[in-house]
Amino acid sequence: MLSSTGHPFIFLLPVLALLIFWVMAKFEPKPVGVTKKSFFQRNGTPVAIYLIVAVTFWALFMIVLPQLFMVEMSFRPKLPPVEMGGPKDLYTFENYHYFIYGSTTSSDAINWVHIKAFFLTILASLLVALFNFALCYPLAFYMAQVARPARVRFLLLLLIAPYWVNEILRAFAFRIIFSSGGLINKMLLGAGFVDQPIDFIGNDIALYAGLGYAYMLMMIFSLYNAIETLDHAQIEAARDLGAPWWHIHAFIVIPFAKPGIASGCTLVFMLSAGSLAAPLVLGGPRSLWFTPILYDRFFQAFNWPQGAAYAFILLLACVSFVLLVLRLGRLSLGEIAK
Amino acid sequence: MTAAVEIDHLTVQFGLFTAVKDVSLQIRQGEFFSFLGPSGCGKTTILRAISGFQEPTQGAIRIGGQDMSGIGPNQRPTALIFQNLALFPLMTVAENIGYGLRVRGVAKAERDRKVDELLNLIALSDQGNKKIEELSGGQKQRVAIARALAVEPKVLLLDEPLSALDLKLRQHMRNELRAIQRRVGVTFIYITHDQGEALTMSDRIAVMNRGKIEQIGNGRDVYEHPQTSFVAAFVGENNGFTGTIKNVSGDQAEIETSIGRLVGMNKRSLAVGAKATLFVRPELMQFGAEGENKLSGMAADAAYEGMTTHLTMKASDGSSVVATLTGAPAREFPASGSPVSFAFSTRDAIILPA
Ligand SMILES: Nc1ncnc2c1ncn2[C@@H]1O[C@H](COP(=O)(O)OP(=O)(O)OP(=O)(O)O)[C@@H](O)[C@H]1O
Ligand SMILES: [Mg+2]
Repeated sequence: MLSSTGHPFIFLLPVLALLIFWVMAKFEPKPVGVTKKSFFQRNGTPVAIYLIVAVTFWALFMIVLPQLFMVEMSFRPKLPPVEMGGPKDLYTFENYHYFIYGSTTSSDAINWVHIKAFFLTILASLLVALFNFALCYPLAFYMAQVARPARVRFLLLLLIAPYWVNEILRAFAFRIIFSSGGLINKMLLGAGFVDQPIDFIGNDIALYAGLGYAYMLMMIFSLYNAIETLDHAQIEAARDLGAPWWHIHAFIVIPFAKPGIASGCTLVFMLSAGSLAAPLVLGGPRSLWFTPILYDRFFQAFNWPQGAAYAFILLLACVSFVLLVLRLGRLSLGEIAK
Repeated sequence: MTAAVEIDHLTVQFGLFTAVKDVSLQIRQGEFFSFLGPSGCGKTTILRAISGFQEPTQGAIRIGGQDMSGIGPNQRPTALIFQNLALFPLMTVAENIGYGLRVRGVAKAERDRKVDELLNLIALSDQGNKKIEELSGGQKQRVAIARALAVEPKVLLLDEPLSALDLKLRQHMRNELRAIQRRVGVTFIYITHDQGEALTMSDRIAVMNRGKIEQIGNGRDVYEHPQTSFVAAFVGENNGFTGTIKNVSGDQAEIETSIGRLVGMNKRSLAVGAKATLFVRPELMQFGAEGENKLSGMAADAAYEGMTTHLTMKASDGSSVVATLTGAPAREFPASGSPVSFAFSTRDAIILPA
């Protein structure tokens, strides 16, 4: 095994990452026949140098390096501080091994609890993203194509204002609303729809609602931006040619807004899968969510290397999943970043 | 025969603003009918009322004798060609043309056959698989027409479809449009603020101003026999002299203007004392010649166009009078500042209410 004291290894990784991005950029489809001025010509030498240095610094020290330290840490054993860097500090897969097989002292052969939480998190995040899309699309369409500007500004204000409240506070407010003596149950009981309060929290309904709500703004803005650029005459043209409303949405608006839809869904998916506040506050006693487990690795088990491994697994899974979806939707990464 | 389109006392209001005021007219089967008017006079609004995108405030639209109130744009036998065409950028040329058929659930084979037929009609037979962005302006134009014709509308509505094209292409597309219309025999309702377009293509023209119809007639009617001052001034170039009627004799009248008394044809039978404007076309204004009505002043500006020259004269009261010179005078027009005189005959002057 390799000694983990070889820190230069870490500094080689950014180079590798840059190389990968460069290759990805090469394979990105480009508009043909467009000749562009060079970066230096466009910006002037001083500005160009500043941009390159600043962006490189930012990308390297704020994004790439911290992540790489985490990745590196995930391959190290949990050791008391005195032994770090000592002879026992060897690269190992034991943290990843633990995710699948659990501790050697447990009776189960496979670490079902963590694996189940992991896949449930991925699946639930996907559902949250889809549900969020279904909820936000009509509103985004209304704002982008139907409403007058004054109405749009008013709606945007209504949408943004709740996000001035801290995320944790919002989650607690949801918990209060959804609790067995909460507003929703009181209304349902009062109206006589149910005779027992519904256990929204135990059924994870509160959790999913909270997650959906937490990232709704991302979805709304992505969809709104995409649909807003659709020329209203296109919709009228389709209607004039005899299209019923659903046909216009399915074949004119949604294909046009596909990049925005993809970017909204991936954002909500990623943020839900990595969300901590909502699962902690709104999760029921039997809720399984991956991030609280991950959090416990760090701050309950004080096993940072294992936490890093878990975080890396989650990141890898999310990124691969998103890339797969983009491939299926025939979208490039550049398109959804527009 | 019932009219293809009947507009019956149509009024459209936006809040307090009345965009279309009590318009009534009938458009015949197979006719090329144009609405001509300045920007903002309500042309698009009328077209949107016919296609169903604009609910009339008052009045009715009947297509083929059938009242259209409560019938949505997707149910009307009309097809609209938008000012910016509104082709679907994510679809190919063929998919664009076939869209209306696809919506109607026409089977693929039948659809393809129809699309091929239309591609033929617009002379783009082998270009069905192209993307919209790969087409030239004129080609896009023709695709928009084919897409609208695919659903076999009874009436085709065109909202200034040529305004985005350059001059040469615009003139070419005029002929093309007219040819397509003759071939398919569909009623065309055409909107434009370009009087040249309206005059060359239309069977009949409705001249509009501020939401009202000023006159309906064929090209010669509106050009040679304008019924209102607005039509006389808007359709083609015209010299107008405003004043008060002093004398009426037979079908002629004498009008007192700031440059003297002028005599013209009293087409609207105005009475003595009425405010009126006398109009003379520049091409009917004679240069230097003796005539029944004489005007004199200084040559101000000459626009030489090869075949003709537009000579502007500053009259004694400072107003401008234009004469279109042809033949020898077109090349030997007087230098700016030299005294000139124009004349016109009474037969060529029309007096209309101011
Ligand atoms: N949705 C609307 N709300 C308020 N006013 C409107 C609306 N649509 C049109 N108008 C007004 O009605 C008048 C007529 O508009 P319209 O679009 O019919 O003009 P147009 O003759 O087509 O002009 P152009 O040649 O510039 O296209 C304009 O003064 C316009 O400002
Ligand atoms: Mg218009």
